[in-house]
Amino acid sequence: MFAQILEITLMNLKNLPSRLGSSSVVVVGIGGVVGVMVAILAMAAGFQGTLDGGGAPDRAIVLRGGSDNELSSGVSTDEVNVVSGMEGVVLASPELYMVADVPKRSTGTDANLIVRGVTGDAFAMRDEIQIVEGRNLEPGRGELIAGRGAHIEFAGIDIGNKVQLRQTEWTIVGIFEADGSAYESELWVDLPVLQSAFRFTGASSIRLRVDSPERIDELAEKIKGDPRLDLELTGETEYFAGQAGGLTDTIRIFGYTVATIMAIGAVFAALNTMYTAVVTRTVEIATLRALGFGRLPVVVSVMIESMALALLGGVIGALVAYVGFNGYTVSTLSNVSFSQIAFDFAVTPELLRDGLIWALGLGAIGGLLPAVRAALLPITVALRGE
Amino acid sequence: MAIIELTDVHKTFMKAREAVEVLMGIDLGVDEGDFVALMGPSGSGKTTLLNIIGGLDGATAGEVVVADANLDELSNRELARWRAATIGFVFQFYNLLPVLNAQRNVELPLLLTKLSGEQRRRNAQTALSIVGLNDRARHRPGELSGGQQQRVAIARAIVADPPILVCDEPTGDLDRENAEEILDLLQILNRDHGKTVIMVTHDPKAADHAKRVLHLDKGKLVREMAA
Repeated sequence: MFAQILEITLMNLKNLPSRLGSSSVVVVGIGGVVGVMVAILAMAAGFQGTLDGGGAPDRAIVLRGGSDNELSSGVSTDEVNVVSGMEGVVLASPELYMVADVPKRSTGTDANLIVRGVTGDAFAMRDEIQIVEGRNLEPGRGELIAGRGAHIEFAGIDIGNKVQLRQTEWTIVGIFEADGSAYESELWVDLPVLQSAFRFTGASSIRLRVDSPERIDELAEKIKGDPRLDLELTGETEYFAGQAGGLTDTIRIFGYTVATIMAIGAVFAALNTMYTAVVTRTVEIATLRALGFGRLPVVVSVMIESMALALLGGVIGALVAYVGFNGYTVSTLSNVSFSQIAFDFAVTPELLRDGLIWALGLGAIGGLLPAVRAALLPITVALRGE
Repeated sequence: MAIIELTDVHKTFMKAREAVEVLMGIDLGVDEGDFVALMGPSGSGKTTLLNIIGGLDGATAGEVVVADANLDELSNRELARWRAATIGFVFQFYNLLPVLNAQRNVELPLLLTKLSGEQRRRNAQTALSIVGLNDRARHRPGELSGGQQQRVAIARAIVADPPILVCDEPTGDLDRENAEEILDLLQILNRDHGKTVIMVTHDPKAADHAKRVLHLDKGKLVREMAA
């Protein structure tokens, strides 16, 4: 049986050069489906990865009770002092989170850019922050450092430039990276200078580094039960996962919907091509069946051909998506923080695998009916080439 | 001893919702080692009769016993295996697979056996040497003349050593010289290798190579002549 399948499949594949035109329809059609699907899902994966990347298991964020993001939160200096002194807290970083309008490079239109006021502890607890160009900001001065994403996405966010925020001029002195996390979409400035410029006391949130990840639940309970505090503590990983606000799922659903619509067209292309392939080889297939070859090897070999073409399309589509989009930086408005988050498309191995599975599935669907037709056509009719 | 025995065989096709009776009560016995030519005008049922004997088509009524097998009683899978073991087909237009060379074309029926690859190659070379084409083993059908292609097809038909060769107009696409070579080859296979040959032909000169000539007309055997 295997020898029969192999022989008919080899015959079919060797025939491909004589059917390059029709075969390329399948390759291009399914390549398009896989390319678009992988690219869109790479957007979702990149967005989620950016948000997930900011989280560490031994870090937590403290916000005003009822707030689900830093923009709507406020923490008083007294509260900062109480929380900082709690058992298990290794580092506490009060941070002020503001939003400024800055034009985007791509469109020239203003978009919300996060300005984060930080102290030295913010750097101490975030090992992932690396200055990659220029230098770090100096406390007490009107200096800022920009995340790599903010530098790429926003006009004028370049070292040496000055940025006007609320009647105060700030000099950009460095560009930082943060393992591709959402921090890279922000401008960081000295907290006291920002408080002064924005006439704000206190902070928006407190970042904590604790002595062990297990401490987080305990601290959350302690803060909740402390009558002096109207605050809530959330583990940083959990916090960032919530910041996606369903956007990742929306992108994924969009990706699969577009892919499904395109796939319907690709399946028809595959059906048409494979019907043509079967019709042009009707006599050959009938001859093999007359010689004693079974129906199953005929069905399997036609499907293998269809799936091979689809796989080729899938590989090309996935490669195009990888080469064209992997690492491509874009930004989008977070529907939770109402600020721009820059992120890179992430064409992950899992997405490539899923794309190829889709290609094989489409090839199988497109090849099945023509294969069954080839196998069921009466031999005497097929020998006449009908 | 009869290797082919047909008793009151009928075959009806449906054409445009109308039943067309192509074979009407055929009784035929062919002995082992016989060489039978089937002649008759177009539409007389020659090819249909050949297809029924070769197990490619079934009779609507009657009994078809070939090489001790009652073909009506075989499932599709059994019939395929039976054809592989019992019948060697030679078609008018050779029906070689264009992407395979002569050697691979001849090997095809052996893929249905348990022979090793090496044994398959040896048997195919033997079959090609019988038809005088050993030196063309690596050529594809497109690189061979019509007569050579038909000889490759005959090598394919005999490679699995089936007792019966079923030939549908084997010289219909050849010039006289090549046709004579093919007919001589079939005669050798019949005479020296003991193959039973059933051949459909329009050509009286081709029929002259047979031991028996049967004439069909309008679905009936109308006369038989010894060649």
